[in-house]
Amino acid sequence: MKSDSRQCALQLQDVHKSFGKTPIIRGVTLDIYKDERHAIIGPNGAGKSTLFNLVTGRFPLTSGTILLNGRCTTDVPTYEINRRGLSRSFQVTNIFPRMSVYENIRCSVLWSLGYRYTFWRSVDKLRDANELTEKTLEEIKMTARRHTPAGVLTYAEQRALEIGITIASGAEVILLDEPTAGMSRHEANNAVELIRSMSKGRTLVMVEHDMGVVFNLADRISVLVYGEIIATDVPNRIRENKAVQSAYLGTH
Amino acid sequence: MSDTSPVVVSSRTLAPAQTRWLQKYKFWIAAAAVLIVLPHIPGLNSSFMHSLLTQMGISAVFALSFSLLLGQTGLLSFGHAVYFGLGGYIAIHFMRLVNGGLPIPIVLVPVAGALGGLVSGVLFGSVTTKKAGTVFSLISLGVGELVYAASFMLSGFFGGEEGITASRTRALPLFGLNFGPQLQVYYVIVFWAFVSAALMYAFTRTPVGRMCNAVRDNPERTEFVGYDPQRVRFVAFAVAGLFAGLAGGLHALNYEIVAADSVSAIRSGGVLIMAYIGGAGYFIGPIIGAITITWLQISLSDYTAAWLLYLGLFFIVILIFAPGGLAGLILMHAPIVRTRALSRVLIAYLAAALPAVVAIIGAAILIEMSYRLSTNPELGTKMRLFGINVDAATPWPWITGVVLLAAGFYVFRLTWPIVAAAWERATEEANAKSMAGAAQ
Repeated sequence: MKSDSRQCALQLQDVHKSFGKTPIIRGVTLDIYKDERHAIIGPNGAGKSTLFNLVTGRFPLTSGTILLNGRCTTDVPTYEINRRGLSRSFQVTNIFPRMSVYENIRCSVLWSLGYRYTFWRSVDKLRDANELTEKTLEEIKMTARRHTPAGVLTYAEQRALEIGITIASGAEVILLDEPTAGMSRHEANNAVELIRSMSKGRTLVMVEHDMGVVFNLADRISVLVYGEIIATDVPNRIRENKAVQSAYLGTH
Repeated sequence: MSDTSPVVVSSRTLAPAQTRWLQKYKFWIAAAAVLIVLPHIPGLNSSFMHSLLTQMGISAVFALSFSLLLGQTGLLSFGHAVYFGLGGYIAIHFMRLVNGGLPIPIVLVPVAGALGGLVSGVLFGSVTTKKAGTVFSLISLGVGELVYAASFMLSGFFGGEEGITASRTRALPLFGLNFGPQLQVYYVIVFWAFVSAALMYAFTRTPVGRMCNAVRDNPERTEFVGYDPQRVRFVAFAVAGLFAGLAGGLHALNYEIVAADSVSAIRSGGVLIMAYIGGAGYFIGPIIGAITITWLQISLSDYTAAWLLYLGLFFIVILIFAPGGLAGLILMHAPIVRTRALSRVLIAYLAAALPAVVAIIGAAILIEMSYRLSTNPELGTKMRLFGINVDAATPWPWITGVVLLAAGFYVFRLTWPIVAAAWERATEEANAKSMAGAAQ
């Protein structure tokens, strides 16, 4: 196959995860190509969010290997995985509620610009950090809300900010966990456009329940059922796949 | 204060660089000017007042350092006095060296305290900041007890019960100053307090200072933007230790003695109360808290033996009714100060304050008499309250107390809707005004 020769941004090799005696992820092998938009779908409880938590180092693997740009991430702390160029958004909004929108974004760019634990320079004078923050604010269309504390934003705004925090640092691999969950049709459409424009030149992996969003955005789709991937393919062939229809799409 | 509020540019822009500089630092310049003239204002120009102001300065630095943890990083420490005290001990030993002939100006003693605080902060912080939340608080409590116990065991360094003493005057005079008079000490300490406050504020505006707020708000998300929250907590802890130690050094310089009480849980609790009463969510809060509590300690304890009880009640009232502390209460009024409605709100406050004072007097009569009877019965039942001779053995003072308390509280309760209505109108006016301003 032609795709075998493509570069992989993220590789999961026979990944297993159990909580106590309960297996949640039961041998997932998956290649995410560089610069593709990959959706992971599956019924509730299939282990989609757990898979994200394994990839980001939030939970340790029970067995198997995960490679980010060819490098093993086993036992690498979350912040180190982030520094290697992987960023994620959360299903439940996960922002800095007492800080302003502007500060939320600025905090997300500091490390990637190399400021680390600097205590001898004023953030207001870091030109590149402030410029990148402005640029990200424009991308997520929140420039007008810059001074608002993130905790009092509307739900859709918080979701947009969540995506802003995720992309601000310029990470190459981006994981979005249900980016349009709880949004109205109109809000979801805006979010899709935002995701489409910001994922150019990046690798995107997303978990999503809204099939409209999935088939609209994804280059390839993987179907996760009870901790196993039963199919990975382009959207049209996933739609026609008998096993997928009976396991998942048929129930809708 | 966590916001990058842009300096409001007046309609006459193109201000020269100096004016912009003045505009940006106007609060700091004003504060420096006030601190310089303060000890010469009539009523404040006695040695007693100078000593009180000096203590406020020391407490303010200590409370600000505590708030770097609580307000900025979300770490509630029950043992912050450890760093104050250890800094103080290092400073007092340094003073003894100076007394012994070390040719270093005595005004640099606080630097020794700061180094002591930094080293102990790094040492203990590397353990305590491995955890956040409740576990951090409990470990800090444990470390506090540990150091307090050690202060009685290692008497060579801590001086046991009596503590360590030194003299600030037995040193090389600097510019002809010998630092004997309290006024000279005031200026030295206020200088250091001002520099410390400015540095701590600057710290909150650095990359790692901003990440402290991020860790406070959401440690998990911090990891997903590349930062190790444990490391951020550690940096904050070390910096807080440094300034707590500097406050300890100021204490050593002012009192010329450091004893076990300076590392005690009482002092740790004291700074916690200052930060909460002042408002840890605002940079200025701990300063307000330190000034208020120091003043209450000195003035209330002159009037009544039960002053700790009043302080406790005050603390509870603030926690329940003003979670933002005194700074929160004050800053709440900022939007309406610019409107005319402020006077109406103040009149409503006055209407509420009168019955509240009556109720407080009633409560104080009851508390004072109970306190006398239960703790000092040998002093008899005759006492003087609010300038009136009363006898706690007779029923009338008790009846008066109960009546004042009940009636005062009842009327106070009736004034609440008045205050609420005035407040609502003022807020509406302020909103209308800001809308009109935005439309222009």
